Amino acid sequence: MTLTLENITKTVGGETHIDDVSMTLEPGSFNVLLGRTLAGKTSLMRMMAGLEPPTSGRILVNNADVTGMAVQKRNVAMVYQQFINYPSMNVYDNIASPLKLQGVDKTEIEKRVRETAELMHIEHLLDRLPQELSGGQQQRTAMARAMVKDCTLLLLDEPLVNLDYKLREELREEIPNLLAKRDTIVVYATTEPMEALLLGGKCAVMHEGRVTQFGPTTEVYHNPAYVETGLIFSDPPINLLKAEVRDGALYLASGHQVSLSGHLADLGNGNYTVGVRANHLSVEQENAQCVAMQGQVELAEITGSETFVHVHFNDVSWVIQEEGVHNPRLGEATTFYLDPNRLFAYDADDRLVAAPPSEIQNGKAA
Amino acid sequence: MNKITNNKAWFLVLPVFFIVAISAIIPLMTVVNYSVQDIFDPQTRFFVGTEWFEQVLGDRRLHDALIRQIVYTMSVLLIEVPLGIAVALTLPRKGWGVSASMVLLALPLLIPWNVVGTIWQIFGRADIGLGGYVINMLGIDYNYSQNPMDAWVTVLVMDVWHWTSLIVLLCYAGLRSIPDAYYQAAKIDGASNWAVFRFIQLPKMQSVLVIGVLLRFMDSFMIYTEPFVLTGGGPGTATTFLSQFLVTIAVGQFDLGPAAAFSLIYFLIILLVCWVFYTVVMNAGKREEQ
Repeated sequence: MTLTLENITKTVGGETHIDDVSMTLEPGSFNVLLGRTLAGKTSLMRMMAGLEPPTSGRILVNNADVTGMAVQKRNVAMVYQQFINYPSMNVYDNIASPLKLQGVDKTEIEKRVRETAELMHIEHLLDRLPQELSGGQQQRTAMARAMVKDCTLLLLDEPLVNLDYKLREELREEIPNLLAKRDTIVVYATTEPMEALLLGGKCAVMHEGRVTQFGPTTEVYHNPAYVETGLIFSDPPINLLKAEVRDGALYLASGHQVSLSGHLADLGNGNYTVGVRANHLSVEQENAQCVAMQGQVELAEITGSETFVHVHFNDVSWVIQEEGVHNPRLGEATTFYLDPNRLFAYDADDRLVAAPPSEIQNGKAA
Repeated sequence: MNKITNNKAWFLVLPVFFIVAISAIIPLMTVVNYSVQDIFDPQTRFFVGTEWFEQVLGDRRLHDALIRQIVYTMSVLLIEVPLGIAVALTLPRKGWGVSASMVLLALPLLIPWNVVGTIWQIFGRADIGLGGYVINMLGIDYNYSQNPMDAWVTVLVMDVWHWTSLIVLLCYAGLRSIPDAYYQAAKIDGASNWAVFRFIQLPKMQSVLVIGVLLRFMDSFMIYTEPFVLTGGGPGTATTFLSQFLVTIAVGQFDLGPAAAFSLIYFLIILLVCWVFYTVVMNAGKREEQ
């Protein structure tokens, strides 16, 4: 099945929740909806499912218009942020419930429930009630319920948000494998860039009700088309600074001068915004082209393998990702190095005009 | 290591102990005291053992009042609980209608019990009461002060009017606590309205319903004020429930001994039924879990 959204708009009480979204989801594809809270991810999913109609626009399945069709007739399944299971039914009956409603016969139900439960590693919990399970097991049950019925569209709305760290990692690794062999279209909403990258597939970045970019996840990550996309699809958000091109060089608002070479060679005169990811900044000078910058340490977040140092200069705050544990003194002046080869350049309308080649983004500086 | 004991805790518990003693234990002990003695005046009293209990338990009037009471309480529960659930399900979930219906529903609960009795006493009169007048206009011979059946139905309707709101409010609170995603999930599954009620709403309301049923059982089993004002227990003994009967013995005839014995039996019945109900419901919940 191919799902096509055509100019979908949703307004509720004069407020635009979804603003002119068009996209095509391929059969068997894994699609990540990445956006901050209130970006419209859930609204869009609800319309894909048919839980609510769009204010305008059309939804097509294999080129047939299904815009007004009720959700029961569409063969979709959805997993929510909360763990939604029928409270008075045990795990077996919960998983079986969509099949029972479809009128599948008993032996077939039994077979499929056991298969799905095994896939989700909850086969030993089939006679428990949801309230007797841990959060992770409850969400596994909810996912099994969604997967048991061979739906054509599977919607996962931030399914891992309410789980603790360890369980989240565990399930996050399993999900792409669980869904790989099916020709179901999967849509997975998340606020976390890292989750999107781990899940792979295609990624649609959402901002204020619009899909600002849609493409293979790594491609989107390497070429965030707008400043906002860069901020959303980057953790910590991409570091930004005003800049200007004149006399054949790029002048940063901090006063530093960068030569226009490599991917920056084609920039014409004018105002720009440059961006650089935290992991592309360094406290060591990695090559001769690197620009030394100074700032005051505002904060240091230590995660264990990495330290995120927040530095302040020229009225902006940047984050530098350093490997290992560092304990810079707050308020102290520090020097860090910016590699021009790793700069993203956005024009005056915040559109991407130059992105570093992906091998430079992936690897260490040349 | 020596265990350090801090006796301050006793000091903190003392006020509660004191209040409970005065409000519950001492009055209850007084009743126990009365129930085993025949008292003529403060100086003249005889210990009679279980005589009063035997007398009260063998009293036909008590048996009749007890049966009447059980039928009445059953009727109250059978009408108010399903009706309360039904009303709660139809209430609006958002918008101005929520506060409007909450206020309307809370109104009967705010009216003092004897006022409720007076309202219905006037409302049901055939000559000046709107309700009574209209029913008679429809060709039904209705007179709650002479026809036992009419009196009985009037008391029941009055209770339904007065207390169904309580069940509605409790159920509504239970329903409101169900996240919207449950309904969406059921919709995606294609579950019918009945299935949504049976497998989502009812299980989620279970705990508030237990409280509601217990409260309504206890209250209706002890009902006194409203029928006292409305019918005075009549005509004859048609609406003489246990409390009414108790007051007749204790205050009307001043038979303190039998009244005290009766009070204790009354108290034990309520305690026993509540305990059985609670245990059965909780065990049913546990059995489902296994």
